Amino acid sequence: MTVIESPQAGVAKKADAGIIDCDIHPLPKNGKSLYPFLPKRWQEHSEQFGGHLRQPFINTTQYPRSAPLICRRDAWPPSGGPPGSDLDFMREQHLDPFNVINGILIPLFGNVGSERNLGYAQALAMAHNDWQVAEWLDKDARLRGTLVVSQDDPVAAVKEIERCARDRRFVQIMLAPRSSEPLGRQRYWPIYEAAEAHNLPLGIHSYGVGGHASTGGGWPSFYMEEHYATTMGGPATMSSLVLEGVFERFSKLRVVLVEIGFAWVPSFVWRMDRLWERMRSEVPHLDHPPSYYVKRNFWYTTQPMEEPGGSDDLRRTFDWVGWDRLLFSTDYPHWDQDDPAYAFSIKLTPAERRQICRDNAEQFYRF
Amino acid sequence: MPKHRIAYVKEIPPGSNKVVNIRGREICVFNVGGDFFALLNRCPHEGAKLSRGVVVGLPESKAPGCYKLSRPGEMLRCPWHGWEFDLKTGKSHCDPERMFTKQYKTCVENETAVAERELQAETFPVVVEEATVFVEM
Ligand code: FES
Repeated sequence: MTVIESPQAGVAKKADAGIIDCDIHPLPKNGKSLYPFLPKRWQEHSEQFGGHLRQPFINTTQYPRSAPLICRRDAWPPSGGPPGSDLDFMREQHLDPFNVINGILIPLFGNVGSERNLGYAQALAMAHNDWQVAEWLDKDARLRGTLVVSQDDPVAAVKEIERCARDRRFVQIMLAPRSSEPLGRQRYWPIYEAAEAHNLPLGIHSYGVGGHASTGGGWPSFYMEEHYATTMGGPATMSSLVLEGVFERFSKLRVVLVEIGFAWVPSFVWRMDRLWERMRSEVPHLDHPPSYYVKRNFWYTTQPMEEPGGSDDLRRTFDWVGWDRLLFSTDYPHWDQDDPAYAFSIKLTPAERRQICRDNAEQFYRF
Repeated sequence: MPKHRIAYVKEIPPGSNKVVNIRGREICVFNVGGDFFALLNRCPHEGAKLSRGVVVGLPESKAPGCYKLSRPGEMLRCPWHGWEFDLKTGKSHCDPERMFTKQYKTCVENETAVAERELQAETFPVVVEEATVFVEM
């Protein structure tokens, strides 16, 4: 009998062909980990004033939400530091056992897209991008980065895109969905122009906080309400991008909604199309029904996956959304992350699994 | 059923657990207020190791606004998605008939008793230091 004093975390079950994980969250080891990449002026700002997010009071970030730092309880590295901060441990617990052939980092630390001090936002965005290169992309060839930008300052955001896009290891531009204004507004278009020019998709990741209530009816009382309310930002973001005409102007712009679900898409698109038939004169800049742009320009990551009870319902949902539109993601190391072996509540053929877990992302991110 | 020696009682204080590998299976033995319960160390949802979960109580409520914490230390929250299991039965709190993790029998004995029962051809002197926890499987 072997006695295992400290069991290894995670499930060591290899997904056959290897997966591309489109949502992994790296975290700085501590508040100073970004300092080597942050000008002294902004280090001092960080110490004296900190961030100015659209939320009341400093340090009121609502953790823990279900689990400390919203993370898997077994994801705290033995070396210390928060989950997602230790590359070796990430390899051992996630990249190797799940056979992740490419993993896309999405840094959420600091909520840069929602920072109101635009100078600080720009400095933080640059620091995040340089930190990703030095601490992650240079150290593990499987990893890819997400370009962090100060979205409320599109001029600075475009500058940052120009600075980093040459490094093809950055595979998308991150935007926060609970933005100052709905993302379709023209103030953001310079970012879309740069994204299209560099053939970089937008990665729009749900976020628990962001200044605006997560529901149209105000702030929810329970984390459980809020966790699913993040999905409500999906239709708002989608309709704004479509109806403002973003995809008329930038027809090649590709958008992936990360961690916002996908089962809501069919019914929402049916409603938009029906209204468009009745009110198209209000949006004469759209040459096509909304579904046209949704089908052409949107993709979705899988986690947290809707889990309908009926055995075939998920399959039908995939049919509606498009099997080529789904990009597998785990959300490691967050508590609601998915294990690729168990995430799907329906049986997939090996070809279907390979398409969602690997091929779609390979094409989408042009690996 | 053969009994497998797990640990001395004092090695698993109340609220803690110990993971052992018995015949290729990872078993997690919990001390719940002095009683021992053994569960398969695998969440029936997506397979997380239950030994890494957190031991909690069971909040109950008759109506919105009134809450009571019952059964302290008797529930386990999975380290991943937070499903709750009754440590005493291995059953999920939300869906006990459908979702449960396999449970094994445990007992606490002195080692000599087991050594005698197993009728070993060759015997060695056994020092009984403390009561010992066994899992049957
Ligand atoms: S793996 Fe235990 S709740 Fe999901």
